[in-house]
Amino acid sequence: MQDLHTNLSLPPVVSTLIEPLPRSPIEALLSVFTRRLVARRPDLLRRLGAVVHVPIAIVPDDMPHAFLLSLDADNSRVAICEKNEIGDAEAIIRAPFLVLLGLLDGTYDGDALFFSRDLRIQGRTEYVLALRNTLEEANLTCGEFFGLADAPARWVDDITRSLLAQVRHFASVSAEWSNRAPGRHS
Amino acid sequence: MELVCPAGTPAALRAAADAGADAIYCGFADETNARNFPGLNFSPEELSRGVDYAHGRGAKVLVAINTFAQAGSTDLWKNAVDNAADCGADAIIAADIAVLDHAATRHPDLRLHLSVQAAANTPEAIRFYTETFGVKRVVLPRVFSVTEIAALNREIDVETEVFVFGGLCVMTEGRCSLSSYATGKSPNLTGVCSPPDHVDYAEDEAGRMKARLGGFTIDCFERGEPAGYPTLCKGRFSALGRSGYLFEDPVSLNAFELLEELAKAGVTALKIEGRQRGKAYIAGVVGAFRKAVDGLSGGADARAAISALKAMSEGGQQTTGSYRKTWR
Repeated sequence: MQDLHTNLSLPPVVSTLIEPLPRSPIEALLSVFTRRLVARRPDLLRRLGAVVHVPIAIVPDDMPHAFLLSLDADNSRVAICEKNEIGDAEAIIRAPFLVLLGLLDGTYDGDALFFSRDLRIQGRTEYVLALRNTLEEANLTCGEFFGLADAPARWVDDITRSLLAQVRHFASVSAEWSNRAPGRHS
Repeated sequence: MELVCPAGTPAALRAAADAGADAIYCGFADETNARNFPGLNFSPEELSRGVDYAHGRGAKVLVAINTFAQAGSTDLWKNAVDNAADCGADAIIAADIAVLDHAATRHPDLRLHLSVQAAANTPEAIRFYTETFGVKRVVLPRVFSVTEIAALNREIDVETEVFVFGGLCVMTEGRCSLSSYATGKSPNLTGVCSPPDHVDYAEDEAGRMKARLGGFTIDCFERGEPAGYPTLCKGRFSALGRSGYLFEDPVSLNAFELLEELAKAGVTALKIEGRQRGKAYIAGVVGAFRKAVDGLSGGADARAAISALKAMSEGGQQTTGSYRKTWR
């Protein structure tokens, strides 16, 4: 069940730890698995319609970098860039990282996140909508993204679901504790 | 009462069926249905598979072909009716008399529901559709009080379906031109109210979000202030030194507290709005209202599940809308 998301931001220390990680191997891995997903699910490209080839920026508020996503039949790509380097993007989607993950796997409803202002969009709204609706249909669990099926997919999905639930709980508790600290106002 | 639930994608259809929908309504990915948004809706093949899935779980599938066919170019709408029949749909939801006539003539065994887009709100109008096309159910416009629905039901001999949750439209549906005025596109003819290619959001450094439709600024939300859909009817306007919502606030309908009264008023089916919403909304809202409807006949208490739906609501607010006309 969807709940309030304002407390779902990761603590700043996570961003600090992620910042020095090398971008190239992560970009390569994400791009390969995205290409494989698109090849397995041509129905998703049909659903995307005009968004094919269009660069869309996904900006996690609580992470040091942004992701630039471009989807097409042959050369889908995920690039990691600085948040001030997303000038080519036709549309920009901003939210805390855990909220974005919840959108990917269908845990959260995009409209509800928009109403609560946890999700903010800029640029070509029609592209954001097409991407959101395509992701809804994709059922993009971890197992699906990595191309797993049957028991291995269920195993990976169970683990990631449980892990994400714990991380969300931790983020929520951490934000609450931070807001209660002397001199802080929620 | 039958629980009629929305599905904008095959995944949403499966979520609705799994959550306990009695019937699921959906549409084709073209201008024949009033939720013609990018990335939404079904191909005939997807609908066919969806019908199999829903029927396997005891749910019916109703296909909304509820925009108005364009004069001289009605083939798209007629083909949609034929495709829905071929896919094994249990009923068609339509508003246009040409579409209704085609369905009644070519597919006499296919059940017809009158869409809310027909805005049929008098016994005379409703009888026209039932006597002319054999319409079996009328989806009532969201302008009646419960008392008015009871009075209407006493005068007609057809099933009635009413909205119980989701987005509100307070206009005369099927005849509203606000979206056309601002963008040239409308839910009535092209299937889109406030088409996203005419919607623009801009946020300044203070977190203030400006929403524009067709170049018109329709609202500004302060940082953290709950937002609504970018429709003109939910715009905030300034006139004579005052600012406020002229037609309606950004708010969602929730008629949970009125289910028993609606049953007594003779309502056959309860409709959940939201074909544009995600699986999380579908599963949450359908599950909660399944509990609520079952609760009327002695099932579990649904109050906690219904309370949780506030997070799904537009502007974070809920109303019983015109069912309780507190302004009278």
